[in-house]
Amino acid sequence: MGSIFRTEGLSAGYGRKVVLSGAEITAERGKITTLIGPNGCGKSTLLRTAAKQLEPLAGTVFVSGKSLRETGANELARKLSILLTDRVSPELMTCRDVVESGRYPYTGRLGILSEADREAVDEAMALTSTTELSGVDFARISDGQRQRVMLARAMSQQPELLILDEPTSYLDIRHKLELLNTLKKLVREKNTAVLMSLHELDLALRVSDKIVCIDGGKVGRVGTPEEIFSGGYISALYGISEACFCESSGCAELEKPAGAPEVFVISGGGNSGGVFRRLQREGTPFAAGIIPANDIDLPAARALAAEVVSRPAFSEAPREVVQRGLQLIGECGGVICCPGSCGALNPENSELLSCARRLGKLIGDA
Amino acid sequence: MEQTNRAAKIDRATRCAVCYAALLLLTLALGAAGLRFGSVKITAQKIISALGGEKSTAADIIMISRLPRVIAATVLGGALAVSGYLLQTFFANPIAGPFVLGISSGAKLTVALAMIVFLGNGMTLDSAGLIIAAFVGSLLSLGLIIPVSGRAQKNYMLIVCGIMIGYICSAVTEFVVTFADDSNIVNLHNWSMGSFSGIGMDEAGVMSAVVLAAMVPTFLLSKQIGAYQLGEAYARNSGVNIRWFRLAVILLSSLLSACVTAFAGPVSFVGIAVPHIVKRMLGTAKPRVIIPAAFLGGACFCLLCDLIARTLFAPTELSIGSVTAVLGAPVVIFIMMSRKK
Repeated sequence: MGSIFRTEGLSAGYGRKVVLSGAEITAERGKITTLIGPNGCGKSTLLRTAAKQLEPLAGTVFVSGKSLRETGANELARKLSILLTDRVSPELMTCRDVVESGRYPYTGRLGILSEADREAVDEAMALTSTTELSGVDFARISDGQRQRVMLARAMSQQPELLILDEPTSYLDIRHKLELLNTLKKLVREKNTAVLMSLHELDLALRVSDKIVCIDGGKVGRVGTPEEIFSGGYISALYGISEACFCESSGCAELEKPAGAPEVFVISGGGNSGGVFRRLQREGTPFAAGIIPANDIDLPAARALAAEVVSRPAFSEAPREVVQRGLQLIGECGGVICCPGSCGALNPENSELLSCARRLGKLIGDA
Repeated sequence: MEQTNRAAKIDRATRCAVCYAALLLLTLALGAAGLRFGSVKITAQKIISALGGEKSTAADIIMISRLPRVIAATVLGGALAVSGYLLQTFFANPIAGPFVLGISSGAKLTVALAMIVFLGNGMTLDSAGLIIAAFVGSLLSLGLIIPVSGRAQKNYMLIVCGIMIGYICSAVTEFVVTFADDSNIVNLHNWSMGSFSGIGMDEAGVMSAVVLAAMVPTFLLSKQIGAYQLGEAYARNSGVNIRWFRLAVILLSSLLSACVTAFAGPVSFVGIAVPHIVKRMLGTAKPRVIIPAAFLGGACFCLLCDLIARTLFAPTELSIGSVTAVLGAPVVIFIMMSRKK
């Protein structure tokens, strides 16, 4: 059917040590399938087994419907290419030499490239914007460029399936984005199937068509990013507290300061994150409110504040919510009012502000 | 862009052609010099007539002593350089070579043992026997060093282990030689220092045949070697059968270096220095370009070293190993220093 890659009851590991068992995974052409999961959960082992770098301990891997055991080395090389985390440091090879090495499965006995091979190399280099690096020594380029050249190498192999093991490691944010954009382009233009592992959840959330979670040596949830990043599943997968992970952005916050709130932050409107994080850095426990349920300050407040006073979206604050806010201001030593947190449509925050002024607790408009 | 690519390619091709022409000319020139110079000076005219088949004292010197010696230096020098290149690829280590990894010393030990056993029992050991003994010794040393390479995290660990294996083999060889019969010792001692002297025309023929037989499959492996330069995983992904490839590289590099040890004894540093110099000259590491060039480079290097060994303090002859070490070791130091950057 649509799956170019499929595993059946696959167990992967090294020697007798089983890292992952009973894995049933598919990858489709024109889609990016991302493996996520904690360190050491077996993502790399699974990918290495999928690429026939490791023999499966049990079960079968199918690539275009044919079992890996029955696929010859050269036949597989034309269907599947890889990009690994291991750094390669070849001597005296230009970037073009490196990309050309992807054409090996298509060349004859001595590995001399034909015109068609050269065209495939040109195309792969154009696609990954590495053409201008052609004549440069591979040892002299940056990590970001190196990863793009290695991607060009993988593409010049003209694979149906591309397997990448944490392709964004060592890259800064710009190069991470560049690489993932290139992958997207490739999937769209070449209808390649991509199977990769990623550490960065925020990027996995954005780039993947399908996410496969690896949890404690088994395949956990499989689904679209929206399905995976919901209901606190990610927090459970990585064993972090639910509050500190924001499912809509895929970002995490540091641990909140312990203790009863010492400062109340009148917040909401999108400008409060900085204040929350400053208090967190200083180790001051704080309460925050009154934040509408649809406000973008709410996830950070939930993660960092000792207590959050929140009200339903698009409706008036219930009286008991306002009461709780006033009570917290009474208990706290100081009050900070974030800019833009008080306006005509949220009179409850203005009420809190005037209460703070009256009590002389206002320590600043942040 | 297209044009600059093409220009770069033409540049590379010209550079290759120039380097190959230079290496060929140098090999011929050094070979001719090897025939001409020695304890007796022989004129060019006499050399030509000797090669043409004329009989004279000078012709005897040429045909019995100098020509086989020149052939040996050419063939064995080439074999050493290519063996070193294969080992550097195999271990992904720029200073790997048959000598520093203890492979030559392992071969030396088994050849010494074979000689003592055979000569002690009144039998003679022919060229094929010598090569087989050296080949077994090379494989034994590699059998020790390969498991180490799997565990050694750092490049230098491999070299340290290789040197240690070399010392152990040399020590055992010394031990064996000490307790051997007097008549054998002279023979062994001379050989164990490394020398191209005393090689006859028959032996030169045998070594040429064996080295040629190993060079052809080595050259045919150049595609796989190229894929292997990016590491094992990418080579496997390119469709290389890693198990066969590794076996082939081990067997070929052992055979090439065994041939050298069998006839000339251990010769140091050629295997490291020459491939490095050749790669710098050609500005590439493409195996199908480097393998023949390394062979020619090794031939030049050994012809030059042999010439120096014979003529510097003539009529006293230096051991070839000491000359190659003096010329080759600085190159190794240079490699180490330039990689620190």
